[in-house]
Amino acid sequence: MTIPKVIKKGEFPHKDLVSMEQLSEKEIYMILDTASRFKKISLRNIKKVPALKGKTVINLFFEPSTRTRTSFEIAAKRLSADIVNITSTASAVVKGETLLDTAQTLMAMKPDFMIIRHSYSGSALYLSRIVSASVLNAGDGLHEHPTQALLDLYTMKEYKGQLEGLKVAIVGDIAHSRVARSNIIGLNKVKAEVMLVGPKTLIPSSIEKMNVKVSYDLKEAICWADVVMMLRIQLERLTEGLFPTIREYSMLYGLNRDMLKFLKKDAIIMHPGPINRNVEISPEVVGDKRCVILNQVENGIAVRMAVLFLLRGAEKVSIEQ
Amino acid sequence: MKSNNKVILKGEEIHKLILKIAKEIAERYKCNSRDLALVGIRTGGVYLMERIYRILKKKLKTDMPRGIVDITLYRDDIDSPLSKPEVGETELLFDVNDKYIILIDDVLYTGRTIRAAIDVIIDFGRPKKIDVAVLIDRGHREIPFYAEFVGCKIETLGRDKINVVFTEEGKRKEDVVILERGEGKI
Repeated sequence: MTIPKVIKKGEFPHKDLVSMEQLSEKEIYMILDTASRFKKISLRNIKKVPALKGKTVINLFFEPSTRTRTSFEIAAKRLSADIVNITSTASAVVKGETLLDTAQTLMAMKPDFMIIRHSYSGSALYLSRIVSASVLNAGDGLHEHPTQALLDLYTMKEYKGQLEGLKVAIVGDIAHSRVARSNIIGLNKVKAEVMLVGPKTLIPSSIEKMNVKVSYDLKEAICWADVVMMLRIQLERLTEGLFPTIREYSMLYGLNRDMLKFLKKDAIIMHPGPINRNVEISPEVVGDKRCVILNQVENGIAVRMAVLFLLRGAEKVSIEQ
Repeated sequence: MKSNNKVILKGEEIHKLILKIAKEIAERYKCNSRDLALVGIRTGGVYLMERIYRILKKKLKTDMPRGIVDITLYRDDIDSPLSKPEVGETELLFDVNDKYIILIDDVLYTGRTIRAAIDVIIDFGRPKKIDVAVLIDRGHREIPFYAEFVGCKIETLGRDKINVVFTEEGKRKEDVVILERGEGKI
């Protein structure tokens, strides 16, 4: 079997973006700076630049997604790349094809980028090792979702000016959240402070080793934070018996009008979406001027354009093995 | 170590060339000065654009919009490992439609930069006309572009380099144009 060996030199020496773990602080800032240039392109009349003209991008989504898939698709199109969407329900995966076979079949069509979302942790890393295309992780199981963390960092920097020393509270189902994990890693690298909040059953034990504070009291976190990031409560967790009822969760850990009173005037409220209104976040909070959920979506396109742009042009050398 | 660098133009000489370019633009566009706009190509072209702007503003007794284009995303060698990933900002904050645009760069060489810059402008709208103004035309075109307004022409070899250093960059106290002779055979 031919294993592609890919060399990429220069100031952004990565073939793939699989995790926040792989990025240095300097590289994170390079992505954010590049993204700020790309954000303006979306405000132009002609929202397209020829940077990735002639490149092919495959969106390979084995899990449902609207915003991430659309965001990547628009990002690629604004850079003039050609993009193909593959969703698991409409692919040969339902016929029993393995990820390896799917990857090799797609590679025979010579794409330059593959964007993957998969329910297995580590699937993006696996894919990056078997294909010569640049692989972008759009969420792999409980592991990471790096572009979400990058767009969150971008949004925090945009509103709060600097990331160093910023107090960020992440509220909700930490245990099952790849968004939380990528954000914790990214925030640590840029020297922000992180506090995790949620019921004990949804916060992994020994998570303090990731250099974070833990609190089981939402009010304490709200008073402390410059940024409050609410996570979506996946309703399927209810059947696993991790908390008794949605109503109880909402009362203890939902961000509502009463809780907003304790939030700093210049703090911001974030949510990776999709939101469950009246579960983790109440409609009044979504309408609050400190809530930047839609700005996150807007910034997502710029950040994904930046990542695609910086990963371009990997020099590919195949070696027989 | 033997230096291959030679200062070929400096200070006052460069100022005279800029004056000459500005004068020619003013002559040509005195009837359309209301629709005139200056666009500099990042980074060398931006300093030159500002210099020309200050002279033109006095000569034509009118203000005109200025813009900056960054061609990074429009390069035709974007895949080459030499190209840096830095993306500068394009600032075209005026309506380019129906404008007479003077596109300004310090050196005209292969023509590829001008090609990319024109593409950027056209993505913002449809100017009435685009003219190119450069301080130095060093020949060796790879794409058939020409500059309407040229400070001076300099004979060079393909392997040579021309560096224009304006005082605004903070590196020197005087403007200079440096010819860096390349090593080896042609």
